[in-house]
Amino acid sequence: MNAVISPAAVDSAGIDTDTPPASGRAGGARRHASAWLAQGLSVAGFVLLWHALAATHARLGLVTFENVPTPLAALEAGRELVAGGKLGRHLGYSLWRVAAGFLAAAAAGIGLGLLIGRFASVRRALLPPLELMRPVPAVAWIPLAILMFPSGELSMVFITFVGALFPVLLNTIHGVEGVDRRLIAAARSLGTGRWQMFVQVIVPAALPSIATGLAIGMGTCWFCLVSAEMISGQFGIGYYTWESYTLQNYGGIIVGMLAIGLLGMGSSALIRLAARAAMPWTAMEASR
Amino acid sequence: MTGASIAAGRVEIERVHIEVGAGADRFEALHDVSATIEPGQFVCLLGPSGCGKSTLLGALAGHLPPARGTVRVDGVPVDGPHPDRGLVFQQHTLFPWQRVIDNVAYGLKMKGVTRAERRAQAEAMLGQVGLAGFERRYPAQLSGGMQQRVEIARVLINRPRVLLMDEPFGALDALTRARMQQLLLEVWARVRTTVVFVTHDIDEALFLADRILVMSARPGRLIEDLPLDFARPRSPALVTSAPFVALKRHCLELLHRGEAEVPLPRVTPLGAPAETGAAMAVST
Repeated sequence: MNAVISPAAVDSAGIDTDTPPASGRAGGARRHASAWLAQGLSVAGFVLLWHALAATHARLGLVTFENVPTPLAALEAGRELVAGGKLGRHLGYSLWRVAAGFLAAAAAGIGLGLLIGRFASVRRALLPPLELMRPVPAVAWIPLAILMFPSGELSMVFITFVGALFPVLLNTIHGVEGVDRRLIAAARSLGTGRWQMFVQVIVPAALPSIATGLAIGMGTCWFCLVSAEMISGQFGIGYYTWESYTLQNYGGIIVGMLAIGLLGMGSSALIRLAARAAMPWTAMEASR
Repeated sequence: MTGASIAAGRVEIERVHIEVGAGADRFEALHDVSATIEPGQFVCLLGPSGCGKSTLLGALAGHLPPARGTVRVDGVPVDGPHPDRGLVFQQHTLFPWQRVIDNVAYGLKMKGVTRAERRAQAEAMLGQVGLAGFERRYPAQLSGGMQQRVEIARVLINRPRVLLMDEPFGALDALTRARMQQLLLEVWARVRTTVVFVTHDIDEALFLADRILVMSARPGRLIEDLPLDFARPRSPALVTSAPFVALKRHCLELLHRGEAEVPLPRVTPLGAPAETGAAMAVST
């Protein structure tokens, strides 16, 4: 689970590869419906396969489904979680940790990225230590974070911050470096000052790349959060997942996993929607 | 937009040498060029690809500092880019994130003009280049010819002393190019700023200019100063007239003489080799 995002993946990973392209107006509705149907069938097929394997306690050599809960057991565990009234608390804690870590990482990553991308002096001063820390997975920060922060809450937020920081930072640098120098020259010829160049040209030109960094960062936030909660949490959806294992509430494991998946998917979709709203011109360029 | 308030725009180029490129690739792009351009004059820099005409334009714009010599506009030495010296590139440099109206109004925004005032001026300017009604479009929603018209409007709204154009119609199809030349002359007839227009197209230079400065291949030197006295307004019929054809033959001979044995890569006014490929392509 501690998959490290490689620089190549950070630079080029498309964030929309999993969404179907927006369909056109005419005849699009039917194509849209059949696409949804296909996706629904795919999920249903997967659940059925899972049920068949879990219900028969299938042993397949390397892997065994002996103790894997069935979909129905997971459903039951989910019902219990909701009825017990703890769901809101688990979700609330996780959401707050992700939001705090992500926002801090966005602010630091975009701010530093703009300066590093634009000024060679800042790059020389800051990039070497950052490059050294970049390959360290956020999970490896956990022991140090516990030592550094007296509050367990803050140490978990810090872990999500570290996870999101590098994708945001690297994509921002990449975006700033990729700004067409002719645009900068034209802006200078039109009377743009040093500070205005950032606001008027560099930031909007780098925005698509920054948005990619934010979407990837949101994903890494979630897997970092869950590992942090498993180790030092008291509430939170990652903690719940691990607690379910230790209490042999195996259905709860599935509930926790699904909740993490849905929250991660939802928050990434939110980022994409916000990015699309902030960059209406990219839709025009794509439709040419 | 009225032409009355446009400043003079006398350009003095004095013994200018320019080197471009970095390290071992550095070469002299321009060798000892001197010329004076009168206010309101329409001058074409004509020469083969890689002869340094865009380099000279970059020096006038203030993007390429000369190694030796000086460039002055109305007596003031050029020491950096300025809205007084508007630069139009071959491939448009409109901001893709701004609507047409905001692109055109951009220079006024940088000057601190109020929003209402700069919108009004930008609308008037768009009318001048025949793009009334396209204010709300994004650049990507325009054709190549329209994009160049917006680019010209964006530069002219600053009322520059000099309008610098680097093969602005080079990427357009023949028909659009002819229309754009006509349009440029119409706008210029109203605005009357000094124009320095870079091209390697002899017909284009002869059709547009009051005066052609012919350049030789690298290192670029001026090899002829050719005044033109075709009457204005000029019509498309001009290009088939006998005096036009005679001058064209003369220019062809000059260019053949000034040409390098090996074709040279194009250099942009920013001093870098022109990029190629899809990233720069202007479609439709």
